[in-house]
Amino acid sequence: MTGCTDPTILNLWFAIGAEQETTPCIVSDTVLLEEDLSFTLDRVGQPLVWRRDARWPAGSVIDTSDVSVTLPVKQAYGYIWTCLGQPSADIFPIEEYDEPDRRNLNAASIGVNVSGPRAIENFLDMGHFPYVHTDILGVQPHTEVKEYDVEISESRDEIVATRCRFFQPMASTASTGGADVEYVYRVPHPYCSVLYKSSGQNPQRMDVIALFLQPVNQERVRAHMLLSMLDEANDERVMRRFQQTIFGQDKPILENQYPKKLPLDPRAETPIRADKSAVAYRRWLSSKGVTYGVIPAAN
Amino acid sequence: MGNTMLEAAQHQWHPIASSEELEYRHTFHGQLLGREFAVWRADDGNVNVWENRCLHRGVRLSIGINDGTELTCQYHGWRYANRTAGCTYIPAHPADSPARTICNRTYPAVERYGLVWSGEAPQGDPPGVALLDGTDVLSLRPIPVNADLETVHRQLTAYVFQPNEGLDGAKAAVSVETSGDLSIGLSSVSGDCKTQAVFFLQPVDSDRTVIRGVLAGMPAHKAQLDVLHHHNERLSALRERCEAEASQLPQPEKLQPVIQPVSEELAGMPEQSTSGRNADLRVKIARKWSTAEGIAGFELVSIDGQLPTFQPGAHIDVHLPNGLVRQYSVTNGPGETQSYKIGVKREPDSAGGSQCLHDDVREGDVLAISEPRNNFPLRRDAVKTLLIAGGIGVTPILSMAQALYHTGLDFELHYFAQDDSHLAFPDILETLGDSLHTHLGLDPEETEQCLEGLLADYQPAMHLYVCGPGPMLETTRHTADRLGWPDQAVHFEYFKNTHEIDDSTSFEIALSRSVMTLQVPAGTTIMDVLRDNGVSVPSSCEQGACGTCVATVLEGEPDHQDVYLSETEKKRGDRIMTCVSRSKSARLVLDI
Repeated sequence: MTGCTDPTILNLWFAIGAEQETTPCIVSDTVLLEEDLSFTLDRVGQPLVWRRDARWPAGSVIDTSDVSVTLPVKQAYGYIWTCLGQPSADIFPIEEYDEPDRRNLNAASIGVNVSGPRAIENFLDMGHFPYVHTDILGVQPHTEVKEYDVEISESRDEIVATRCRFFQPMASTASTGGADVEYVYRVPHPYCSVLYKSSGQNPQRMDVIALFLQPVNQERVRAHMLLSMLDEANDERVMRRFQQTIFGQDKPILENQYPKKLPLDPRAETPIRADKSAVAYRRWLSSKGVTYGVIPAAN
Repeated sequence: MGNTMLEAAQHQWHPIASSEELEYRHTFHGQLLGREFAVWRADDGNVNVWENRCLHRGVRLSIGINDGTELTCQYHGWRYANRTAGCTYIPAHPADSPARTICNRTYPAVERYGLVWSGEAPQGDPPGVALLDGTDVLSLRPIPVNADLETVHRQLTAYVFQPNEGLDGAKAAVSVETSGDLSIGLSSVSGDCKTQAVFFLQPVDSDRTVIRGVLAGMPAHKAQLDVLHHHNERLSALRERCEAEASQLPQPEKLQPVIQPVSEELAGMPEQSTSGRNADLRVKIARKWSTAEGIAGFELVSIDGQLPTFQPGAHIDVHLPNGLVRQYSVTNGPGETQSYKIGVKREPDSAGGSQCLHDDVREGDVLAISEPRNNFPLRRDAVKTLLIAGGIGVTPILSMAQALYHTGLDFELHYFAQDDSHLAFPDILETLGDSLHTHLGLDPEETEQCLEGLLADYQPAMHLYVCGPGPMLETTRHTADRLGWPDQAVHFEYFKNTHEIDDSTSFEIALSRSVMTLQVPAGTTIMDVLRDNGVSVPSSCEQGACGTCVATVLEGEPDHQDVYLSETEKKRGDRIMTCVSRSKSARLVLDI
């Protein structure tokens, strides 16, 4: 096995499964950065993650105290996170998650045959709304991506795109008609992004949708989605189905991108002004020296 | 496949599809030597073989939409033209014409023996096959085999089949007639019956080969299906033998096609072009005809290679034998990339431009023209588009109308002319259906009344495009303004600038990027001063009508004398036409 040798990526925290979908003391298997892992929750709901061991196959009942060698773990935003290298102290903050009137839920964990960075770019992209999410997040002929701002926040080392606006016929389950919807995008982690979108019900505040990518290998991810919504009207099933529909529309496009790894050489693809945030993201990955899931630019 | 053989294969022609696989408005996924192609036939019959990825974000174009004239990428709706593979529209920026030469990589395509032939860099013509020349042919179902070329080749030399007329007859004697690296000609004889067939081998990858069989002679219609079944059975059995054999061999490494990087120019954000008036293209007049009273049509074809991509609203500079340079709009519809069609009105007070084209230039003559330039781009994000044309001003509007019609966008074309005989390009007008409205023989007052009616009901996200004689254009703009059309929804193109240019002022210009300060004396234009000092400036009409020579103003107050910028743009004062406009302030700082 080649495995991941990119130190930047190895030292990151990655979400590997939703707490809600993990049964305590039952073993679940997964793959992170080409390493076979197992995980579960103990009796009091504390997660533990270990390198896969034939003694505890997936689905078996386990006494968690038997597992002596475990990987670092954290619980955040409804997911179990782990790290294969030397983890940083904290996972990036999403302050809104703790607001008492929000409904937080994991919308889905979906496998996609594409690199993580390609999936992040898709998440940051508005220009595809009328074509890929026709009649939901966009509709022809309203195809314009208006000017927006992108910067790399110095204090937090993350990309922030603001003043993003796009015409949407039905922006969420709470919308009834078309409107210009405002977005803010953050990329606080090479494999995670958070978007804020004006809420149909409360114009002063924003719904939050976060994407946590679990790289299975360089060309395959599991995409975990967190919703932190101000929607009081719809039940969780409807909200989940909405996001799953959106993601299901992106998946075949993502899986038809060639190459699957994100090329960081500026001459690999042709950017336009609407791709400002993607251009910033590619530069940011280059400046961090990321090599996993990308084709680094030849120097 | 060995390296030398691979090298050789890159310079050969290969079948990559059968003609039948290119169904009406389908996009076919072709493969050769590890490389993928998007293969599609336009409605005019042309077969396009393109690199299978959109230059923007790498999405396969084989999942794109073939509308018969252009291929649209599924991800962001970028449109690429038939033949040129040039990008004609980027929906995320509807107000811009794709300024850069965004062009996908194309490969040659030739149809022969019911197959589409292409290759990475094939030399000469596709191979002629004597067995198949001068006869009808029947192409068999392509058989993909998970085995390398050599294995399939070896098995095929031992392929046994019955002649078309003797499918049930005694076991046929099959002999090898021809054998090359990439094809095998076989002949099958049973009693009096004989059928010859050629099997072409398409190396899809190092471990995968497609057999494309072609039979010489077309069996009777009733027997066709039986013949196809016969070969399907035999070839399927052959496939199993090949795959069994190949599975015993070490797995060859997959071929890694080299994807060319995009040009330096495309890698960053767009820059303005810096060339002056150019005349890079040589075209021949393939056809000259009278398209309406006093209006001649000219069809211009390239004398060496493919004409560049145009967009609706684009014009070309035509360099005339008498030394004059004139601008004419391209009237073509989407995907019509074999020629440019322009319309030229004979101007009674011609300075020699239209007269020269009408009287002196003939079919077969060669002219120098510029690449198409688009300063009158068509937005396609309007909920409804109004196109208004007066007289010969219909030419850019025709290209727009065809683009809108073809993509099913809501629009109306209102064409003002003296009478029926003055309606230019009736062949195009005919194709526009109910969207075309003609207004004939109206005097200026009636025209104004008519425009009032047309412009009465402005709604957000409507756009108006108008081209015609100066007075009609002014009336349209004023009427639109009065009826609440915002400036940015009104787009216009003047034929010429009829305003008298006041060039009596003198002032200083500072070039921020070139770090130069220059004096513009009375009687000289900014453009002249720039060029005299070695700064190249793109230009076309050089009279303030076309917009090509625009420059960004960083400081100072421009004295606008052009007819290109709208009132709002003029008031904003951040752009200037360097061919005619000047400065009200003593100093003007330009972003050049």
